[in-house]
Amino acid sequence: MATFTVNGKSVTLDVDDDTPLLWALRDELRLTGTKFGCGIAQCGACTVMLDGAPVRSCQTQVGTLDGAEITTIEGLDGPEAEAVQNAWTKIDVPQCGWCQSGQVMAATALLKDTPKPSDADIDNAMWGNVCRCATYVRIRAAIHDAADTLEG
Amino acid sequence: MTTQTRRQFLASSAGLVIGVSLPLKGRAQSGAAAVMTTGDAGEGTFAPNAFVRVAPDDTVTFICKHIEFGQGPYTGLATLVADEMDARWDQMRVESAPANDELYKNLFFGLQATGGSTAMANSWMQMRQAGAAARAMLVAAAAEEWGVDAAGITVAQGVVRHEGSGQSATFGDLAEAAARQDVPVEPAVKNPSEFTYIGTDMPKVDSRAKSNGTATFTMDVYRDGMEYVVVRHPDVMGATVAGFDATEAEKVRGVTAVRQIPQGVAVYATSTAAAIKGRNALSVEWDMSAAETRSSAEITAAFREAAQSQGLIVEEAGDSAAAIEGAATVHEAEFTFPYLAHATLEPMDAVLEVREGTAEIWMGAQFPGFDKGAVVQTLGLDPEKVTMNVMFAGGSFGRRAQTVPQIGSEIAEIAKAAGGDGAWKLIWTREDDMTGGFYRPLTVHKLRGGLDADGNIVGWEDRIVNQSIINGTMLDQGNPEDPTAYEGSTKMPYNLPNLTVDWVRMESPVPVLWWRSVGHTHTAYATEVFLDELLEKAGKDAVQGRLDLLKEDAGRDRAVLERVAEMAGWDGNRVKGDRAYGVALHESFSTYCAMIAEVSDDGGTPRVHKVWVAVDCGIAVNPNVIRAQIEGGLGYGLGSALYNALTLGEGGVVQERNFDTYRMLRITEMPEVEVEIIASDADPTGIGEPGTPPIAPAVANAWRALKGEAPRNLPMVS
Repeated sequence: MATFTVNGKSVTLDVDDDTPLLWALRDELRLTGTKFGCGIAQCGACTVMLDGAPVRSCQTQVGTLDGAEITTIEGLDGPEAEAVQNAWTKIDVPQCGWCQSGQVMAATALLKDTPKPSDADIDNAMWGNVCRCATYVRIRAAIHDAADTLEG
Repeated sequence: MTTQTRRQFLASSAGLVIGVSLPLKGRAQSGAAAVMTTGDAGEGTFAPNAFVRVAPDDTVTFICKHIEFGQGPYTGLATLVADEMDARWDQMRVESAPANDELYKNLFFGLQATGGSTAMANSWMQMRQAGAAARAMLVAAAAEEWGVDAAGITVAQGVVRHEGSGQSATFGDLAEAAARQDVPVEPAVKNPSEFTYIGTDMPKVDSRAKSNGTATFTMDVYRDGMEYVVVRHPDVMGATVAGFDATEAEKVRGVTAVRQIPQGVAVYATSTAAAIKGRNALSVEWDMSAAETRSSAEITAAFREAAQSQGLIVEEAGDSAAAIEGAATVHEAEFTFPYLAHATLEPMDAVLEVREGTAEIWMGAQFPGFDKGAVVQTLGLDPEKVTMNVMFAGGSFGRRAQTVPQIGSEIAEIAKAAGGDGAWKLIWTREDDMTGGFYRPLTVHKLRGGLDADGNIVGWEDRIVNQSIINGTMLDQGNPEDPTAYEGSTKMPYNLPNLTVDWVRMESPVPVLWWRSVGHTHTAYATEVFLDELLEKAGKDAVQGRLDLLKEDAGRDRAVLERVAEMAGWDGNRVKGDRAYGVALHESFSTYCAMIAEVSDDGGTPRVHKVWVAVDCGIAVNPNVIRAQIEGGLGYGLGSALYNALTLGEGGVVQERNFDTYRMLRITEMPEVEVEIIASDADPTGIGEPGTPPIAPAVANAWRALKGEAPRNLPMVS
């Protein structure tokens, strides 16, 4: 039994402590924007924010989350998130779309930390997020575009 | 313009399937529908054909017969309809068509199917006519309502107008009246000069939903009382369950049942996490009598041995053996290509609900009729009472175009073993997905070429050794040939007067399948690397040598090659500083594509900095989608050429079970991509696959310029 906050709402889940947060979000809370890709923190499709920092929810056990604040794609907001999602749409980044919740989470975290990222900053922040459709050219372009928007 | 009833139209052999209204249930419950639409078909809705629906709220819903997994049919085909209707782009909605082989058949294949980069090509006239028919009926309705001559009515941006009387109406206003009009049989479509959307970068209809987590995929479907199921599959291809012990698995909290099915042992639970945990606690004994216990090394050795003997000749001109015998220079090469997994980021999955003799399926399927058929057959249901929702799929690359309905059968067996009514979600973990077979065929190419004293290629031989994708499956037509095994090594655009291409068909329990660009994944590499080497031996430039070799009628090949050489500033110098340049030209799926890759040596590994691409896919319906498919297609091909082999280890056990060992191309490894689309007035051809074949040979040819040798065995990095 763990009590934590998801997208600003307190939740208590009666699941085993070793349940991956990914499956708790999906199966218990029906927050399906967070995706399963590999289960071993190799692809980033399951990225969520834990106390403001991106983590892999497939390798985050519910039992470790007492008092934590989780933000999923459904609860993502703020100027960086808005700029990222607008850029993603404007540049038509997604193809199949399965990885893109995770990409958007990672890109939003990057821009909160580094408002004007270089290509090297983007490489460092986005390296762990696989896109099997290889939309990487557009992910990079969209992050720069979002940064420009935020700069005004 | 003649008219007839809708039913007559459907029955006619005009080639255009149009004219019956859709089964509403299938549409209303489609997962994609929830994302893409604001409302359901209701009172006063105008459904002129199986593809278009105009609602009183002025939305125009396009029903897409092709599955959307990133390649863009929702946007591209909606563009055709919107253009012919003169609709506003923001009033367009897109829904997935349910499984219906008659209504939603791919006109090239005769059944509902997405594959072979045919979505745009087979739909080009059909969707334009669907839109034109809707427009004509809206115009007829307006003429009737206003008592004016239809000839004086114009349509633009979703507004129907009669200048003379000053009347105007939206599509929504006219929906009810339009539904009463006769359906035109051969509605006139626009001349290309009249296109408003076709040829422009219309925004993709699914980008927003795929950027905010609201797009609904198969795995996102939940039903009341649904059980979550994972299956313990064999580690070795072709093994079957000999026995199992579920004692520990059944102790796992949330596990509700453990049952044997033909595919393995299924663990049913109240959550995905519990099902996986239960499966981990299972012990299973396997019957190996029909299993493939050879390793990839052993299979490759057997294929190389088989390459010593001639196979089925699939293309022949002149006398290649005599020409090579008499050649001044003879060049030989053998290339090996491993099995490859598609590794869609959403692994295989399906949802099935059975209630009182009816069933509903949710699945991302490229041949939805096959998977629906498996459910019908396995559960003994009336096909009329089985609905299949074709969902957004998190990638496919051919994996969901199942020549035998692997996933449809498995979810059906799960339901059958449970017995009675219920709902089940089958989830494959990454490990299931990697070890589940249906790989790009392991392939050996053995080539011989001869040059005369002047450097002309006088003889060319290419022997391809691999398993058949089609033979022995539901698509088997009984032909000894299977072009998907060697396509691209035949019908080359080059003048090769003495040529023999033959195919040695091998057998293995390892199931193989089309993998983005199918045979071209290996034939483009073998032919374009070997040709590059022959041209160098002949002292010829890689671009000019190819141009000189192109046949008279290979004008489109010539155009893309000349264009890409200009884009890259090709000057014949293969190496500049630490960078080298390689070119490849390859037509696939009737689309012509040439690439030049800029490569450096990053500690023994090719580092691809930039790729220039020229492509001719006929009329560019949406240039933005075309560029995206080229970017993604070459990224997909590059990652696999550099890093991927699906290896059977000792005893036939798959070695790469997840992304820690099956390495994905990452953002740091993605080159800059510059794409130019050749202007064309030819009908559109495919774009989902043609960007994949040329990248590996272009990189290999650059690598050879840098290092002296092109890789003979893929992947390049091992």
